[in-house]
Amino acid sequence: MTKKIKNLNLNFGPQHPAAHGVLRLILELDGEVVEKADPHIGLLHRGTEKLIENKTYMQAVPYFDRLDYVAPMNQEHAFALAIEKILDIDVPIRAQYIRVMFCEIGRILSHILNVTTQALDVGALTPSLWGFEERETLMTFYERASGSRLHANYFRAGGVHQDLPAGLENDIAKFCETFPRIINDLENLLTDNRIFKQRNVDIGVVTKDDALDYSFSGVMIRGSGIPWDLRKSQPYDCYDQLEFKIPVGKNGDCYDRYLCRIEEMKESVSIIKQCLARMEKGPIKTFDGKISPPSKAEIKQSMEALIHHFKLFTEGYRVPKDEIYTAVEAPKGEFGVYLISDGSSKPYKCKIRAPGFSHLQSMDYLIKGHMLADVPAVLGSLDIVFGEVDR
Amino acid sequence: MNNLIDLEKKINSELTTKINKTSIKHNQIYIEIDKGDLIDVVLFLKTNKDTKFRQLIDITVVDYPEETQRFKIVYLFLSHEFNQRIVLSYFINENELISSLTSVFPSANWMEREVFDMYGVNFKDHPDLRRILTDYGFEGHPLRKDFPLTGNSEVRYSEEKKKVINEPVKLEQNYRNFDYESPWEGTKYIKEISETNDKKN
Repeated sequence: MTKKIKNLNLNFGPQHPAAHGVLRLILELDGEVVEKADPHIGLLHRGTEKLIENKTYMQAVPYFDRLDYVAPMNQEHAFALAIEKILDIDVPIRAQYIRVMFCEIGRILSHILNVTTQALDVGALTPSLWGFEERETLMTFYERASGSRLHANYFRAGGVHQDLPAGLENDIAKFCETFPRIINDLENLLTDNRIFKQRNVDIGVVTKDDALDYSFSGVMIRGSGIPWDLRKSQPYDCYDQLEFKIPVGKNGDCYDRYLCRIEEMKESVSIIKQCLARMEKGPIKTFDGKISPPSKAEIKQSMEALIHHFKLFTEGYRVPKDEIYTAVEAPKGEFGVYLISDGSSKPYKCKIRAPGFSHLQSMDYLIKGHMLADVPAVLGSLDIVFGEVDR
Repeated sequence: MNNLIDLEKKINSELTTKINKTSIKHNQIYIEIDKGDLIDVVLFLKTNKDTKFRQLIDITVVDYPEETQRFKIVYLFLSHEFNQRIVLSYFINENELISSLTSVFPSANWMEREVFDMYGVNFKDHPDLRRILTDYGFEGHPLRKDFPLTGNSEVRYSEEKKKVINEPVKLEQNYRNFDYESPWEGTKYIKEISETNDKKN
């Protein structure tokens, strides 16, 4: 007698701690082996692109914080660069260093979160407790510079909003001295950990060709052995003056991606140190009064400044008709902004290219044939944040 | 090819009739083609040894409601080998079907689903054309310029019916979209218009 066996359909999420947000993953299981995965996204869709079309360029910046909310300033950077390229304005060197420094802080923020929660997903609790303490320190740096821990709204076209407060540079330098020890502690817990390796080595392997075909970027493509980093290949701001290495994986599995992230954090610390060493006093935004607002003191003195201030915060600045795609190397991969301006003070179209979107899309390809317990491990190593996937 | 100008020449000479216009701007090549040539052009860009645009970065649409060819479909490609970017585009009418890139790039799947969801552009041979970002049972295409920013319906939990219900958007205050050219007559008050309409009925 033959018995008919039906595959089991399982709903993973939308409320699941290992789904890293609101992901509904419909899994088709044959026993414990995953046959098919169908991610349903959009549960956090807020219509960012539509909203940006209805806001002036300056008002659009905060929306970028809310995309990948674990590394807010990296997103703002892409938008600021797009406007700067269309307007053809130069950014003062101090502003460039500040921006690069905070982007690297963002990278550490994102990688700590990812590495430790990936460990949490496969059963290790301690790394997240140790890592989150450091994230808290980094977020106070964000707060001291911009006024808020997460949604910074700090980068502007032509520079940054305000200069760093007194003492912040010293405190960041101190952090750079103590933080490598924490990375070592995390590595002691995880890198040679038997359970961590059993759960991650040879899981979710991506070949070089597939990494290209599936539009992977960032750690996902480097983990598979393609040395591609936009900070090196298409440098923006002052990245071409800084020295850093690009860690590359060999096997393209979850474990290699974890190792890449750990190494990238070390490189980020070195970049922050170089920025601090080279930073000199100077202007932090462009002098063009038609783009960057005047200081409070100026407003009290000059009628011209007052008019500029009023026009900038009501109408905003106008951006000539153009079409541009700019990308930055965000912690998760290539984050791009495809901006179309029509000469008015609002973008005609602003398409956001989020790295997580194409990474999550490949879930079906990555997980096919793996066990159910590998789903959180693979999902963790993809580094998904739903703010940017759903937009 | 590492040189942008050489690359532009190469593409023009190899694809002569299929290319309508090329230009170089912001260190990228912008190419305009016809709708029907998409697959041929993309296959050439992907496989030719001098171009090697192996990665599809994104697909998007720009909506120009006043034009007869309403939608501009935009494809972004990246060549890792030569460190170049290409922006490929063509125009279509509102109800035209276009061919899907999923056979060339598997990553086009979700990007095309997003385009379908946001703009209502239909693909001929897409394996799984469903909405992706909007809610189950959503109506309309949000990124079209004629779709209101506030949306058409809002969701709330109804205490009487004991379930989540959809109802038309009710605004307590008008959305004010200032026109800075003439700030005194810029705003269209939707609410008042709807109220006067109610009186007429």
